[in-house]
Amino acid sequence: MSALDAAKELGEGALAPSSATGRGRGRLLMRRFARNRLALFGLVVIVLLFLAAYLGPYLTHWQLTDIDFDNFQTRPSPTHWFGTTQTGQDMFVLTMRGAQKSLVIGLIGGPLTTAIAALVGSVAGYLGGWVDRVLVWFIDVMLVMPSFLLLAILSPTFKGKTWLLFVVLLAAFAWMVSARIVRSLTMTLKNREFVLAARYMGVPAPKIILRHILPNMASLLIIDATIGVAVTILGESGLSYFGFGIQPPDVSLGTLISAGQQDVNTYPWLFLFPAGILVAIILAVNFVGDGLRDALDPNSSGAKARAKRRADAPADELPGETVVEIAQ
Amino acid sequence: MPTHRAGPSNDPGIPGAGTERKPLPPTPHGQAREWRVSAYLLRRLLNYLILTFVGASVAYLLAALALNPKSNYEGKHPTPPPGVITQMLDERNLNPDTDVFVRYGHWLDGLAHGDFGTEVQGGSVGQDLARRVGVSARLLLFATVIGSVGGIALGAWNAVRQYRASDQLSALGSFLLISTPVFALAILLKALAIWFNNASGTSFFQFDNEYDATITAFWPQLLSRAQHLVLPTVSLVLGEIAILSRYQRSTMLDVLGSDFLRTARAKGLTRRKAIYKHGLRTAIIPVMTFLVYNTVLLFTGATFTETIFDWNGMGQWAVTSIQGNDTNAVAAVSLFVAGLVLIAGLVSEIAYAALDPRVRA
Repeated sequence: MSALDAAKELGEGALAPSSATGRGRGRLLMRRFARNRLALFGLVVIVLLFLAAYLGPYLTHWQLTDIDFDNFQTRPSPTHWFGTTQTGQDMFVLTMRGAQKSLVIGLIGGPLTTAIAALVGSVAGYLGGWVDRVLVWFIDVMLVMPSFLLLAILSPTFKGKTWLLFVVLLAAFAWMVSARIVRSLTMTLKNREFVLAARYMGVPAPKIILRHILPNMASLLIIDATIGVAVTILGESGLSYFGFGIQPPDVSLGTLISAGQQDVNTYPWLFLFPAGILVAIILAVNFVGDGLRDALDPNSSGAKARAKRRADAPADELPGETVVEIAQ
Repeated sequence: MPTHRAGPSNDPGIPGAGTERKPLPPTPHGQAREWRVSAYLLRRLLNYLILTFVGASVAYLLAALALNPKSNYEGKHPTPPPGVITQMLDERNLNPDTDVFVRYGHWLDGLAHGDFGTEVQGGSVGQDLARRVGVSARLLLFATVIGSVGGIALGAWNAVRQYRASDQLSALGSFLLISTPVFALAILLKALAIWFNNASGTSFFQFDNEYDATITAFWPQLLSRAQHLVLPTVSLVLGEIAILSRYQRSTMLDVLGSDFLRTARAKGLTRRKAIYKHGLRTAIIPVMTFLVYNTVLLFTGATFTETIFDWNGMGQWAVTSIQGNDTNAVAAVSLFVAGLVLIAGLVSEIAYAALDPRVRA
């Protein structure tokens, strides 16, 4: 949900990098990122969680389907690191499996959301005219739709199908605010000399968008994708919590938390481990997103840059309008 | 301290300083301006209305196609004969064999007469809607007030004390809260409350439903309501304060470095007075839209809180109606949400148009 700060600040420094080039810039960014201790910490945590989620299950001999008839709802012990469930399943293996799902869904869903936003926003902004009007109206309609509700309604239709469909749906309801930002940036970029030069040389529009427009807002897109990871994971776990997302026999952190909430006071490990891992993932992603923003948009935290932009922001994208996303 | 006349109208240099004035203060061109504003707002209103209609319609069609109300009757014991099921489905405009656009037409026709249709179990959707809106409103009233005031105060305080220990601690706390899904937070709060109740041997924290229905006397019932209100309110307020304070902090930092604040200091105001008289007021304007949307959309955004603490409000209905394949109820919730977005958009636009002349392009 740090999408809030981001959505607001994304717009600003994003146009900056056009002068810097190649490897020098990359190294500069790395140095800036590494200077932010929390961001570095977040990155390390994500890598560790990733390793734990995929390699962890091999460290214990329990399998996902194993049932330990000697241990029903036992507390964490050397045999069962995270305890066992009511049916004698190993909680550690379950939690790691859920973490795999959440991480993969987030890492696919975030960039996918950004890709849709980049496509729609840049096409609308670059082509203008009726294409722009239709796309903007489409964005508005999508914003009015109760996304959580519609995803929940659609959940029976992807029962038994691959969870990838679920990721696509999550992305399909999350791209709108970013698309608006991309659109407004595109509108400023398309009058810059290098874009005009390309156009007068006869470079076709799709190529201009891919070669000249989008690379010039790479920092915005990178940050947006990072925040999208956290947003997607939150959406996924929330829907799964209600049984609208990942379906059994598959597990996600959301379904585990939902199952573990019944007797939190008697069997706290059934809730605390999946919830703790979920918070750790999102927190780490948010730290990385924050660090990336500082590294890529050094001006974003500067007061003057923002105040100036707000003064000449076009009417249809007040700073406040980008906030819709947070409220949902 | 030199005397000075405080108040926004005396400081024309402050952008948007008229926060507390009535909308549209008289200007030399008062009438023309008012006309322009209302034409602008009317255009936006029309656009919003169309968007709401389209959004609600798509939601209805999707719900009508994807949900299976039949399962409610088929799962009954004893199972009613197929003819009866069909008849009940027809009566409630839920029969999946009827063409979806015919059902949509019936639904629209009902809406035009103020009828939201019938629930699967036979109740009136409209009555349920009214009752649940009331429940949600009672839950959200305190959460909104505490959350907004707390968030703005914390954000402003942190901005003034930038980089101090309190600022960094708040930043860390906000990050943690923002990264905690509401459902995890609510479950944790509930567990802590149960632990507290057990440890102290009292039942100080109450949950499940709005109040204890067995208590009928006025004051005891009010107390019971308050006890039931504490936990869900905290679960909503913490997240709101976390987000809002970050937002307010950054707008406040913008304002703190601005020229008009220096002017205010130069004319003799103390730092504290300048910040609270001019700075805070200006910094709230950008945050206001967020506040409006957040408040209005919390009606259904409190889904997790209402479900976990068992309040029969709108948010809970959003989930139970889908789980119960209750197409007409789902449609009503969707329409309500779309309407909320419309209201939130309008309220914030009116406020912006009143405060900021640049909006009326």
